[in-house]
Amino acid sequence: MDAKKKNNKAWFLVLPVVFVVAFTAIIPLMAVANYSLQDIQGADNRLFVGLDFFKRVATDPNVQDAFARNVTLSMQILLIQIPLGIFLARLMPKSGWKASAALVVVAIPLIIPWNVVGTTWRIFTRNDIGLGGVLVNKFTDYNLSESTFDAWATILVMDTWHWTPLVTLLVYAGLRSIPQAYYQAAAIDGASALAVFRFVELPKLKRVLMIALLLRFMDSFMMYTEPFVVTGGGPGSSTQTLSILLTTIAIGQFDIGVAGAFSLMYFLFIQIFSFLFFTVLTLDERPGATRVTPKEKVKSREKVEKPVNSKLKKVLK
Amino acid sequence: MTTTIATSAAGKKTSRFRIDLRSWLFWLIMAVWALPVAWLVSMSLRDNADILSSFEVIPSKISLNSYAQFFEDPSWIGSYMNSITYTLLNTVLSLLVALPAAYAFSRYTFSGDKHLFFWLLTNRMAPAAVFLLPFFQLYQAANLFDTPLGVALAHMLFNVPLAVWILEGFMSGVPKQLDEIAEVDGYRFGRFFLTIFIPMIRSGIGVTAFFLFMFSWVELLIARTITATQAKPIAAQMTRTISASGLDWSLLSAAGVMTIIPGVIVIWFVRNYIAKGFALGRV
Repeated sequence: MDAKKKNNKAWFLVLPVVFVVAFTAIIPLMAVANYSLQDIQGADNRLFVGLDFFKRVATDPNVQDAFARNVTLSMQILLIQIPLGIFLARLMPKSGWKASAALVVVAIPLIIPWNVVGTTWRIFTRNDIGLGGVLVNKFTDYNLSESTFDAWATILVMDTWHWTPLVTLLVYAGLRSIPQAYYQAAAIDGASALAVFRFVELPKLKRVLMIALLLRFMDSFMMYTEPFVVTGGGPGSSTQTLSILLTTIAIGQFDIGVAGAFSLMYFLFIQIFSFLFFTVLTLDERPGATRVTPKEKVKSREKVEKPVNSKLKKVLK
Repeated sequence: MTTTIATSAAGKKTSRFRIDLRSWLFWLIMAVWALPVAWLVSMSLRDNADILSSFEVIPSKISLNSYAQFFEDPSWIGSYMNSITYTLLNTVLSLLVALPAAYAFSRYTFSGDKHLFFWLLTNRMAPAAVFLLPFFQLYQAANLFDTPLGVALAHMLFNVPLAVWILEGFMSGVPKQLDEIAEVDGYRFGRFFLTIFIPMIRSGIGVTAFFLFMFSWVELLIARTITATQAKPIAAQMTRTISASGLDWSLLSAAGVMTIIPGVIVIWFVRNYIAKGFALGRV
């Protein structure tokens, strides 16, 4: 790739974005930081409290529970949705009107407003008027307003329904970028389906899978609307996510000092975790990386491609 | 060439059979996937009394009353138009500021560019709940509270970084030689950018617009917090109905179906680019 030109005038092109983001992000975040360090009781009555609110949030059992719940939920979501998304993407038609239709159908859950996703599932899972609720009740008792397990399972199924399409579309895009020759080579070699996936597809999917993992982690960790509409965080607080708890503290109780400290810790955690995630996943792409994976990759590619060449030569002779 | 994922060197017949099986399995899964939305549509086509009195998988009495009610009641159709207004406003504004910035990131290096880019992305990682209180105060102070412009600006928080990210991906796919040739030919930057460069990446812009539209359209928490009555989004209208006593499931379903329609229309236009767009223009 040819190098980009160094030109500090490019800052002028970036300025509008900087202004907009300053207005929508920096000023509000400064306000949040401001709340978190002072106990504000009135316009002229504020007390600097340092890190007290942060300590209070970190030791609050409600926050700790919500945090543990969110971590569990995100892990379960990643474990289910990434493999399922890959599976679906490999089943998708690859050309013609069927491919277009499949793309539109797969993408539909993604363009439904989040609260409508919640409403849709709230109706669908009701015991009296919902198809899903009535069906499940035929086999086993199902009541998401009383059973913790049912509520949790419903959130998990709903989120899988809602967001697996994102993983599917990403993986589909990745699969489309693999040249046909790779598959033909693998077929001539008699590679098994598993080998095709492991040595031909997976290396090419690394990038999109990284985007999928990051987006799914971030979004599931910030989930608010869908569980709020379906379960309201209940029964008890069994499906209360960090965002629901934070909104309750900020808007419901108007406890803005605690909410501010909570917000900053929440935001920082997602950023640090995403950054670590990103760094670990891209380790072997950096110059001077000591991991062995690139070599392995080359070897596996040779494994697939070399015999093909010799076979092709034989055929050509 | 049709046997894209031929798994064995066996004859063509078996592999074609396999592909049919895969295709059937795919559409079967999609049929299951469609059930919740199909149920929503079915609920919207029945009267509320009918829904509550009998459980029917296939509705026996079709009625469009809920849709009629939706279009006649100003609080429903009005909030629906509000949502469309701020979503379109957000799409246009985000594109306007993101286009030059994405060009700068894809063509030049400048002091602090990498930090700026990463910092922009971090805004995509910010939980909306974090911004509720300050947004509420900031938009009231700036006289933007309860206006479509206010919501459009607030949604730029996560949409501008996303737009810069996707557009940068698409722009990097255009060879830099194009810019140099235009410069040699005597094009001023503005004219080159508007008449040559932008038409070249129009599919990328289309996909970006789709994403901006989508993320602004589906967001509820921020939109609800900084509006009251004048710019109330359809999503908030729906949640307010939920908290009221005596639920009209039929009307709620009809409103739900109405919110799905704009997205489906937009998706149809960008269907061929959507997969690439979801990979943020980087595949």
